[in-house]
Amino acid sequence: MHRRGVGAGAIAKKKLAEAKYKERGTVLAEDQLAQMSKQLDMFKSNLEEFASKHKQEIRKNPEFRVQFQDMCATIGVDPLASGKGFWSEMLGVGDFYYELGVQIIEVCLALKHRNGGLITLEELHQQVLKGRGKFAQDVSQDDLIRAIKKLKALGTGFGIIPVGGTYLIQSVPAELNMDHTVVLQLAEKNGYVT
Amino acid sequence: MDRFLWTSGLLEINETLVIQQRGVRIYDGEEKIKFDAGTLLLSTHRLIWRDQKNHECCMAIPLSQIVFIEEQAAGIGKSAKIVVHLHPAPPNKEPGPFQSSKNSYIKLSFKEHGQIEFYRRLSEEMTQRRWENMPVSQSLQTNRGPQPGRIRAVGIVGIERKLEEKRKETDKNISEAFEDLSKLMVKAKEMVELSKSIANKIKDKQGDITEDETIRFKSYLLSMGIANPVTRETYGSGTQYHMQLAKQLAGMLQAPLEERGGIMSLTEVYCLVNRARGMELLSPEDLVNACKMLEALKLPLRLRVFDSGVMVIELQSHKEEEMVASALETVSEKGSLTSEEFAKLVGMSVLLAKERLLLAEKMGHLCRDDSVEGLRFYPNLFMTQS
Repeated sequence: MHRRGVGAGAIAKKKLAEAKYKERGTVLAEDQLAQMSKQLDMFKSNLEEFASKHKQEIRKNPEFRVQFQDMCATIGVDPLASGKGFWSEMLGVGDFYYELGVQIIEVCLALKHRNGGLITLEELHQQVLKGRGKFAQDVSQDDLIRAIKKLKALGTGFGIIPVGGTYLIQSVPAELNMDHTVVLQLAEKNGYVT
Repeated sequence: MDRFLWTSGLLEINETLVIQQRGVRIYDGEEKIKFDAGTLLLSTHRLIWRDQKNHECCMAIPLSQIVFIEEQAAGIGKSAKIVVHLHPAPPNKEPGPFQSSKNSYIKLSFKEHGQIEFYRRLSEEMTQRRWENMPVSQSLQTNRGPQPGRIRAVGIVGIERKLEEKRKETDKNISEAFEDLSKLMVKAKEMVELSKSIANKIKDKQGDITEDETIRFKSYLLSMGIANPVTRETYGSGTQYHMQLAKQLAGMLQAPLEERGGIMSLTEVYCLVNRARGMELLSPEDLVNACKMLEALKLPLRLRVFDSGVMVIELQSHKEEEMVASALETVSEKGSLTSEEFAKLVGMSVLLAKERLLLAEKMGHLCRDDSVEGLRFYPNLFMTQS
């Protein structure tokens, strides 16, 4: 390597090197895309195998669902991002949570006139279970929270407010500001605020 | 069933409520008995059952009487149950609903669900054994229950062993599932790294990767559930899938929109569409991404985001600004209106009514009166009168 990088010759050489890098860069990206395509196919069949053995586990076991979600989050994957995703299609997690989303919306809408759009996680849980009927899968509070987090994408201000040891779910957009929230949290301790 | 004793249901000092569940039926062994609808309460010391129809009928079992619990999954026509295996009743036990019973276990049937959470809490209490640390009044501690060298009836030991084996089997299944899951995640992680590398290359040279290849890449990301850092002006983060979806939505929503005055909130759309589909539901993000493409694809609907963040779908032919003029008329007729009153008059949802009034205010036609009594809108006299 030349130690001096000055002069017209050096500049020209540098430009040539850059062009070569760029060219190689393009090829590399295309290669990577092809590689990804192959890996994707392999992954899909691995997932299918996993699903055939353990799909029931996810459906029936809320703790397993939590573990599954946490693992996905750690590696940077969102299994609930799209109904068209592999996770949703093969493990059926999607339909479970998206339907839960619909049920949550319906419960909140039905009770809004009574509670002004604020409901405790406990009450939401009870109402959703009632609505689901006897033959449906059981759902845990963790499932509800995950479904609500997804609903936020619909832009209608579904909020999750931590209060004491639990959560308040807000379904009316932009109604609560910081002051309101603090008052709610204080009220939770004593049951009132004066 | 002879281990229960009558109680007032009031908690003692030092005894705290852990969880309660309505709609629980008790079985004596396998037999149904008259206690078919009650609220089951778990405290740190006892399992209490109170009849839903007759609140005076209330009975309890100290947790120390429980040997072992297991879950019984729901079946067709059958609710999920928890089976509770019990020590023999102590000789000086206080009176309860049954004097004697041939069964050493009871079943709790959760007709209104809640079994999973209840089982978890009950298991926790059984492990923590908080009743041993927090003694309550004598009336509760009638049984000599578990002591270091406890004597068990032979029958129970046999049952326990069988249940233990079954539990180990279940645990093994779960650990196998976890192992398989971990292996799967390792592969998924490789894909994530690869996609990041590709995404960076795309960002650096916007011109060189073809449109086709970018679309392909985005669909890979969608399949894996990897967040998409690549956006193109024309189609945002949408993919072929979202384009098709957008076209489907346009067809599906035309009629409902016309019924609702040309405008619907995105939550309404989400529920409507998913209820209609029944299976292979859309995620909220799918819906939003598809709606973002409506305008670009020149479809007769469009997505609109209000200042407050509320998202709606409206017909292209719907001009919210024109609706404002009629809103102003309505408000003027009545002098003043809140969003609830306006919604009722016009026959639209409160959410959208509020947005319309806010828009009218933004355009200068209405004034707000924001007080403790609520938000009320008045015609803007500053504009009309000099």
